Amino acid sequence: MRYALAAALVVAGFLADAAPAAAERLVASLTNHRVMITSNYTGVELVLFGTVERDGAGAAGAARGGPYDIVATVMGPREPLRTRRKQRVLGIWVNTAARTFVDPPSYLAVLANRSLDAIASADNQRRLQLGIADTPLPELINNDIGEVSNDPFRAALVRLMRERGLYSEEPNAVTFLTPTLFRASISLPAQVPIGNYTVDVKLFADGNLIARTDSAFEIVKVGFEQFVVDAAREHGLLYGLATAMMALLTGWIARVAFRRD
Amino acid sequence: MQIYLPIADIPVNVFLVLAMGLAVGFISGMFGVGGGFLMTPLLIFIGVQPAVAVASVTTHVAASSFSGAIAYWRRNAIDVTLALTLLAGGIVGSAGGVALFTWLRALDQLDLMIGLSYVTLLSVVGVLMVGESARAIVRSRQGKPVELRRPGSHIWFHGLPLKVRFKRSKVYVSAIPVLAIGFIIGFLGAIMGIGGGFLLVPMLIYLMRVPTATVIGTSMVLTFLTMVSATVLHAATNHLVDAVLALILMIGGVIGAQFGAHAGQRIRGEWLRLLLGLLVLAVGLRFAGQLVLRPDDLYSIRLIGGGP
Repeated sequence: MRYALAAALVVAGFLADAAPAAAERLVASLTNHRVMITSNYTGVELVLFGTVERDGAGAAGAARGGPYDIVATVMGPREPLRTRRKQRVLGIWVNTAARTFVDPPSYLAVLANRSLDAIASADNQRRLQLGIADTPLPELINNDIGEVSNDPFRAALVRLMRERGLYSEEPNAVTFLTPTLFRASISLPAQVPIGNYTVDVKLFADGNLIARTDSAFEIVKVGFEQFVVDAAREHGLLYGLATAMMALLTGWIARVAFRRD
Repeated sequence: MQIYLPIADIPVNVFLVLAMGLAVGFISGMFGVGGGFLMTPLLIFIGVQPAVAVASVTTHVAASSFSGAIAYWRRNAIDVTLALTLLAGGIVGSAGGVALFTWLRALDQLDLMIGLSYVTLLSVVGVLMVGESARAIVRSRQGKPVELRRPGSHIWFHGLPLKVRFKRSKVYVSAIPVLAIGFIIGFLGAIMGIGGGFLLVPMLIYLMRVPTATVIGTSMVLTFLTMVSATVLHAATNHLVDAVLALILMIGGVIGAQFGAHAGQRIRGEWLRLLLGLLVLAVGLRFAGQLVLRPDDLYSIRLIGGGP
């Protein structure tokens, strides 16, 4: 935890030059930038730490004293996805209609310290693509890419991803430890996709965006898990032969071990 | 104890999967079948994607049928010529099945095809088995002798060209229907993740007049050879075989099979067939329900990329 804060301060030093001319500066860091999936992986929780730095406290018109609001958006690797709908055909349920979504995030968590509606106006939410409802999820329509409003397929996609814990909107995930120091927990379920994740942190005051920063982490399979996946993807034939040999060996061992005749 | 399955991409409880392997192994040992038709639906039920379940169960069935085949080999109850002829058809069938599998997956219709195949096949086979064994039970109750082998009537396709003498089984028939049976078994095995023993045994007995002495051993050899080729083909084309899942399943399976085989010897043949028929029918009806009843959620999602 202390390291995270120390890291955050180092990052702050680097950011100092790049920061906009705003009165507040936002500094944030994650406890861990690399989540490793091993054979006993069942999900993990990452912690995002951050602080709001105020310039010239007391100077008229400079920093607002708060209260501040934080919205952190965690996005997983983007992958094309199909949403299918079943319909009854000749008495049985068949997938009859489908929509292809062009690279929606495979993981999307919107973390905040209170409800988005309380933080920003509906207009601001839409402009900043703050919540899941305002996140663009473009679809492929007759070789064109476009956003469809009120689309049941889009609603189904969001609902199914929410059920799997991959999409979430959590208005209580961010807590302010002091008026300027906050922490947020990012919970990654067991079936998170591997790849690179981005964390976009926005600072609000009085309903307006006043600072933002970003961070990133990656989820990787390591050791045996990675070995199996590499083998299966890149050397399919060898992998198949090895698996088949394993099956024969198991069958043979069982025969030897249980031989009664 | 949870373990993360690298290809299925989900964590599962090792003991649950091991117990499933044991239970299905017990049944497969008892009835002399591979048990794929039970294992695949069970895996789908615990959350493994159908495609990964089918591909991984082929590996599991390869192990259990190999174990069985060794036992029959030692008793000299295998017709090698017959097994190899069936295999020739089986490999072509497996390749066709894997190709269809890949194509249907791209069309979003794989789950439907797996469901439909299960319903049709299991209902038909289940009804036939229940009917046949019930008649046998009634006959033996009435004190009539049990019909071991039907009279040597000749079916038209026995007379097709390419006649082959299958010495160990003492039959002399055309190779064409034998190749066709092999093809069907290989094809269905690749799509449904089943060894097909419960189909092959009756087909060989009733259609090819193969005596019961060699039929089960020969079927075991064919099952293990087609399942090995299906494993390799699935791994090479769809990258969906989860070796970790398959290993846990096969360890449970081979142990369960030993106890099942022991239990099976204490039950009379026709009662055993009746029980198996009812089991097959029950699984078929379960799948039928899934297709006919309105699903809880009309929508489903699938990643298009390399993942399952």
